[in-house]
Amino acid sequence: MSRTVDLVVIGGSAGAIEVLHRVLGELPGNFSPATAIVIHVPADGPHLLTEIFTTQGVTVKLAEDKEPIVGGTIYFATPDYHLLVEKGRTFALSLDERVHFSRPAIDVLFESAAEAYGDRVLGVILSGANQDGAAGLRAIAAAGGITAVQALETAEMIAMPAAALEAAPQSIEVDADSLTDLLRTHGELPEKADGR
Amino acid sequence: MDAEIDLEVRLLLEAIYDRYHYDFRSYAKASLKRRLRQACDSLGVASLSGLQERVLHEPECFAALLQYLTVQVSDMFRDPEFFRAIRTQVLPVLATYPSIKVWVAGCSTGEEAYSLAILLQEEGLLDRSIIYATDINAQALRAAGNGVYSLQRLRGFTENHRRSGATTSFSDYYHASPGASGESAIMDPALRRKITFSDHSLATDNVFSEVHLVTCRNVLIYFDQELQNRALRLFGDALISRGFLGLGSKESLRFSEAAERFTEFALHERIYRRKGLT
Repeated sequence: MSRTVDLVVIGGSAGAIEVLHRVLGELPGNFSPATAIVIHVPADGPHLLTEIFTTQGVTVKLAEDKEPIVGGTIYFATPDYHLLVEKGRTFALSLDERVHFSRPAIDVLFESAAEAYGDRVLGVILSGANQDGAAGLRAIAAAGGITAVQALETAEMIAMPAAALEAAPQSIEVDADSLTDLLRTHGELPEKADGR
Repeated sequence: MDAEIDLEVRLLLEAIYDRYHYDFRSYAKASLKRRLRQACDSLGVASLSGLQERVLHEPECFAALLQYLTVQVSDMFRDPEFFRAIRTQVLPVLATYPSIKVWVAGCSTGEEAYSLAILLQEEGLLDRSIIYATDINAQALRAAGNGVYSLQRLRGFTENHRRSGATTSFSDYYHASPGASGESAIMDPALRRKITFSDHSLATDNVFSEVHLVTCRNVLIYFDQELQNRALRLFGDALISRGFLGLGSKESLRFSEAAERFTEFALHERIYRRKGLT
């Protein structure tokens, strides 16, 4: 019996949106962990992520400062702010300097998630163009969490998943389909035993 | 390992409070820990306990650490739509008062205070206004009082100012001066005279004046819920009945117990209004 996680964190940049779209679209209604996502987008560009990813029956929103993290909800990082997770299971924002030229940075989310949720986190690095996320994925692995990386042959840009795989070599390599399965495995509430 | 780090953080913050009376104990922990790690790296200490030893025995090491823990870089007229709303919706109300007091809480190096002074000047209100700009970082306050900014940053300030609905040219408010660190701009002393920069801690100090407008932008995100509530309580106590509170563009009263003392005034620009006293 595989264990359920409380938080899924996903990071990516160039080439990640399509994969993410497929995966989030197929999450079951009884998916219990919260999902927090950092995708590098231009700070001042129009912010359409929450609209792109609106899926039926699931709350998709930008994470707000001090907001309690609610299972089953999909949160995106607000452009131009770092997104962090606090131990009291709330979100925090910061305007601290960029990490790997990025704000929000994947490392900042992942490292704080590892500290706050320990082994109850599943971290995923998708296609992307720089090294952001590698240190964060290593932190999740070190805290006993589950780590996954988009298989390089399926990634539009390999720099990010390659760096992540090097930093956390135990990571499971996934494509869109197997990532969906992995998330179901660790996030789907067991069917109620109703006698059928 | 994790529990040990939390313990080290707690002990360090207690030591700082006890020795230097700076209270970071109720700062939001996740970003504070990142900053402390950075400070350890650049000060060349291996652990937070090592940092604590140096901080306690070397005041200059604490001064260096303080810059990591507090300095926020802001821009003049950051989020121009906020200043546009202050200009078009808030100042017309404040103009009905014989004198106007503004409190910029967490002013860092002064960008916001000068922005508001320019705004008041443009609306013909600066003569009867006083701006109190406060921070806990003495080094930042000195820089704010000097009012000197690198010319490089001026282009961004100018563009932000224009987008705030400016009625004058930003270049009216500074003159270039060949500073020690390259070309820089010094803000007009007429603005400077209307701003009082002073040391004040939202964590440990109290209300010092009644004010008509408080701005505290991108400061509360660094506080935990409890300290955020304390700061908002101070703002509520300082504001006149129906006075205004401006927060950062990603800050809100939504998750705070202070929400009941305020009404939403310009929601998108995060401007709130103190409820009337009954």
